[in-house]
Amino acid sequence: MAQVSKKVAAELYQKAYLIRSAERKICDNYPKDVMQSPMHMSMGEEGIVAGVCQALKKKDQVFGTYRSHGLYLAKTGETDDFFAEMYGKVSGIANGKAGSMFLSRPAAGLISVSAVVTTAIPVAVGAAYANKLKRNGKITAVFFGDGALEEGAFWESLNFACLKQVPILFVCEDNGFAIQTPLRARRGYASIIDIVSRFKSNVFQGETTNPEVIYGTALKAIAAVKKTRKPAFLRFKYYRYLEHVGVRDDFAVGYRPRNEFKKWEKIDPVKVMRKNLLRKGMTEKTVVGMEKAIEKKVERSVARAEKAPFPPRSDLYKDIFYEKK
Amino acid sequence: MKRNERFISYKDALREALLQEMERDRRVFVYGLGVPDNNAVFGTTRGLKERFGPERVFDTPLSEDAMTGIGLGAAINGLKPVHHHIRVDFLLLAFNQLANMVSILRYGSGGKVTIPFVIRAIIGRGWGQGLQHSKSMQSVFAHIPGLKVIMPSTPHDAKGLLTAAIRDENPVICLEHRWLYDQEGNVPLKQFTVPLGKSKVLRRGNDVTVVATSWMNIEARHASEILKKRGVSVEIVDPRTIQPLDEATIIRSVKKTSHCIVADNDWLNCGFSAEVAARVSRECFGELKSPVERIGFAPTPCPMTRVLEDEFYPNAGDIVRAIEKALKLKPMDLSKERFYSHENRFKGPF
Repeated sequence: MAQVSKKVAAELYQKAYLIRSAERKICDNYPKDVMQSPMHMSMGEEGIVAGVCQALKKKDQVFGTYRSHGLYLAKTGETDDFFAEMYGKVSGIANGKAGSMFLSRPAAGLISVSAVVTTAIPVAVGAAYANKLKRNGKITAVFFGDGALEEGAFWESLNFACLKQVPILFVCEDNGFAIQTPLRARRGYASIIDIVSRFKSNVFQGETTNPEVIYGTALKAIAAVKKTRKPAFLRFKYYRYLEHVGVRDDFAVGYRPRNEFKKWEKIDPVKVMRKNLLRKGMTEKTVVGMEKAIEKKVERSVARAEKAPFPPRSDLYKDIFYEKK
Repeated sequence: MKRNERFISYKDALREALLQEMERDRRVFVYGLGVPDNNAVFGTTRGLKERFGPERVFDTPLSEDAMTGIGLGAAINGLKPVHHHIRVDFLLLAFNQLANMVSILRYGSGGKVTIPFVIRAIIGRGWGQGLQHSKSMQSVFAHIPGLKVIMPSTPHDAKGLLTAAIRDENPVICLEHRWLYDQEGNVPLKQFTVPLGKSKVLRRGNDVTVVATSWMNIEARHASEILKKRGVSVEIVDPRTIQPLDEATIIRSVKKTSHCIVADNDWLNCGFSAEVAARVSRECFGELKSPVERIGFAPTPCPMTRVLEDEFYPNAGDIVRAIEKALKLKPMDLSKERFYSHENRFKGPF
C-alpha cells in the first residue's frame, strides 16, 4: 500500500471521528424522544465512507441508503443542517421533511439516498451517465448494502453501467445481514465478486476496516474507471455494531453472538485510524485537540437544532413540484 | 382545409414535438426499448438517432425499473430525458422508481433538485392486445403526489402537450392511445405549447356535459353526432391533463348543462372518473338535474377474443344511452349505427 501523508491521514481520522461522535450524540439524545425519525446507525462502517469519500473530489457525486449518516458526514463535513433535520426542524437539510432515512445535499455532492433498498442505484447510474455526456470528469459513487444485490434493479443498473461505460463506483458495504436475515438464508450463489467479474467492470474487494487501506483501494478504483472507462465494483465487509434500526445493540435478540462483535471491535475503524495517526508521528495532544474540536462542533450543532423552530404548517405543500417564481 | 392549416397524424405530431425540441434544447435525450429500431415507436422516433447521434437517442436493455431511475439521475444532473414504453403495462415494472423516487425527490431534497423527466407510454387496444397490452392506468399515476399525467387526444394537443411536458421542470407521464396514432388534425409546423393543467372544450353544447379522456373523446364525438339528429346538444370537455386537473372548465360546463357523464378510458373503480364525479358533485350539487354517471372499462381483465373485448370496452352507444337516461329521453334506435368500427381498421399486430 502506498504511504498516506499525515495530512490525508488526519482528514481520514477527522471524517471517521466526526461520524462516530455525531452518532454517539444521537445515541445519547434518542431516548429523550426529541428525534422522531427511524435511525439506521452507521457505527462500524465509518472506514468505508471515510476512505471512499476521501478519494473523491469535492465535485464528485455520491448516493446512498437509509444508513447514510456516515456518508453524509464524510462527504459534506456539515453538522448544523444534519442535526436540525434529525430534530425535524425548519433549518434541516430538507426543512425537516426527510429525516434520517433520506439525506440530500446536492451542493456538496450528496445527491440522494433512499430508504427502499437499491432504488438509489439506478439514479446514481443516471447521474453518472449525465456526467459522461457532459464530459465534466465527475465520478459518481453509489453505496449500498449486501441486501441490494438481491434486488433486480442492482443487476439492471450494473448491466447498463457496464454497457454504456459509465464512470461510477458501485460500493457494496457488506455487513452480512438484511435486517436480521443472514446471508445463508438469502444467497443462492458462492461469490458476488466472481459474478461481477464477468461483467465489463473493474472489481475490487477489501477485507479491512482500515480507512487508509480503503482510501487506497478507492483511489485505485477511480484510476481504473478513468483509464478503462468501465465502472468499478468495490466490496468491503464491515460489522454493524447496533440493531438494524435504533440506537441499541441487539446481541440479546439471539441472531448473532456478542463474541462476534468483540472480534470486530479490535479492528474498529476509528481506533485503527487513530493508531495510524500516532504511528505517523502525530502527538497524542494533537489528536486529542482534533477530537475535542469535532465534539465541540457536534455539541454546537445539536444545541442549534434544539433551539431551531419547527417548519411552518404551510410548508407541507411546498416543493412538491417545481414552480416558476 | 383553411389556409395555413396543415393536417398531420397524431404520431407525426409527436415526432415533430420531439424533433423540434431536441433541435432547440441540447439537453433533451430520448431513450427506450426500440427507440432507434425500424418501427421507431410506431414512427414517433423515426430519424432522431441519425439526426442527434447515439448519445442522445438510444435503445436500452429491457430493465424498465432501472431505466426509470437512470432518467431521474440524468434529470437531476441537468439533462432532459424522454423515456419511451410501447405499452403502459411495461411501465408498471418501473412503479417502484415512480412512486418511491421520481415523485418524492424534489420534496425530499427540500426543493433542491429539479426533475425535468418525461415518460411516454402507449395504451394498447384491439386485435387481441388483451390481458397485458391494454392498460391505461392514469388514475394510478395521478394518485401519487409529485407526478404529472397528460393524455393528449388530438394531434394538435399531442404536439403542444408533449413540447410543454419536455419544457416542464417536473416529471410528466404522457399516455398515448395507440388508436389515436393515425388520427389526423390541424397542427402548426411552428413550435407551440399547450399548457399542462388546462382542460379544453372540444365541442360546444348546451344539454349535457361529457368529460372524456383519451380515446373516449372519439366515442364522445360519435355519440354527440348521433344525438344531434334528435336535437340533443352535447358539450365535450377533454381534461387533457389528468394531474394537475383543471376542474374549473369542467365545473363551468356542468353548471351550464346541469348534467355530467364521465367517459374515462380506464376502469371505473377508484378511478379518475370517480375523482371527476366527486368534484362535480361538490361544486355543482344544487345545480345537477341528474346524478353524475360514469362510463369506463368493465371491471375485468381485458379479454383477447373480439366478442368479449367489445363487451369490455364502452363505446359511443353507451354514452348515448347514459345521456338519454340523464335527460329522461326514450332510448333511440341505434341499430343503424356502426360501433366498434375502428376494430375493423386496426389490424395490429400491436
